[in-house]
Amino acid sequence: MWIYDKKLQYPVRVSKCDPRMAKFLMEQYGGADGELAAALRYLNQRYSIPDKVIGLLTDIGTEEFAHLEMIATMVYKLTKDATPQQLEEAGLGAHFANHDGALFYENAAGVPWTASYIAAKGDPLADLYEDIAAEEKARATYQWLIDMTDDVDLQDGLKFLREREIIHALRFREAVEIIKEKREEKTYY
Amino acid sequence: MSEVLTEDYYRKLEELQQLDFVLVELTLYLDTHPNDMQALQQFNKTAQQRQQAAYNFEMEYGPLLQYGHSYSRYPWQWSQTPWPWQV
Repeated sequence: MWIYDKKLQYPVRVSKCDPRMAKFLMEQYGGADGELAAALRYLNQRYSIPDKVIGLLTDIGTEEFAHLEMIATMVYKLTKDATPQQLEEAGLGAHFANHDGALFYENAAGVPWTASYIAAKGDPLADLYEDIAAEEKARATYQWLIDMTDDVDLQDGLKFLREREIIHALRFREAVEIIKEKREEKTYY
Repeated sequence: MSEVLTEDYYRKLEELQQLDFVLVELTLYLDTHPNDMQALQQFNKTAQQRQQAAYNFEMEYGPLLQYGHSYSRYPWQWSQTPWPWQV
């Protein structure tokens, strides 16, 4: 079961209305290496992974939902005061025609989220290596997003998220070592 | 939402977010280092501080958790604004 905590994991501030950045941020909302894909990937892997790393997958998967909420908050704040004309100029005209101001699970190019972004191999090492790669790809995306804006308030939130990807990748690497150690233990009957 | 949030609201919220950040970090760390006694002590100590900070925040600004994990004044406070993206 999950309990909702009525606050953000880290404060989200933006200093201006910027639908152009909102469009780019969608990559981390409904993209292949985005927060939704991350949360669903890790939580789904728990049922076939050795007991020693279930806790880690549960906790990182849960944290990803907090990040998803931060991205949603950024998009909300960057677009809430935008006129339809401003949205159109930012390349969000097609989005507006279909969804008005609503969020939708799609990437920066407007491609809807799909379960095929997530692999589930059932092999602990294959799954954990996929997780490490996902974190590294998300970290790279955050870096590019940071480079694309001059809004220091927005950058602050994005830097926090970039940092979390680094920590998650580190913890997944440690999980790989835990699995390897366990595999090399001799079993006596 | 219509209410104006005070400096005190943001200060108390940030204090809680800082403690929660320490706890998230220690949780993930302990998941892969379950025998680190010092980290565990820091975790339990921070969890206690967190409980106090959350209580102070909730007394002033309403419940953070529901399904019975937080108390409510009358009328039911949970469904009232602000929601996290509105602050």
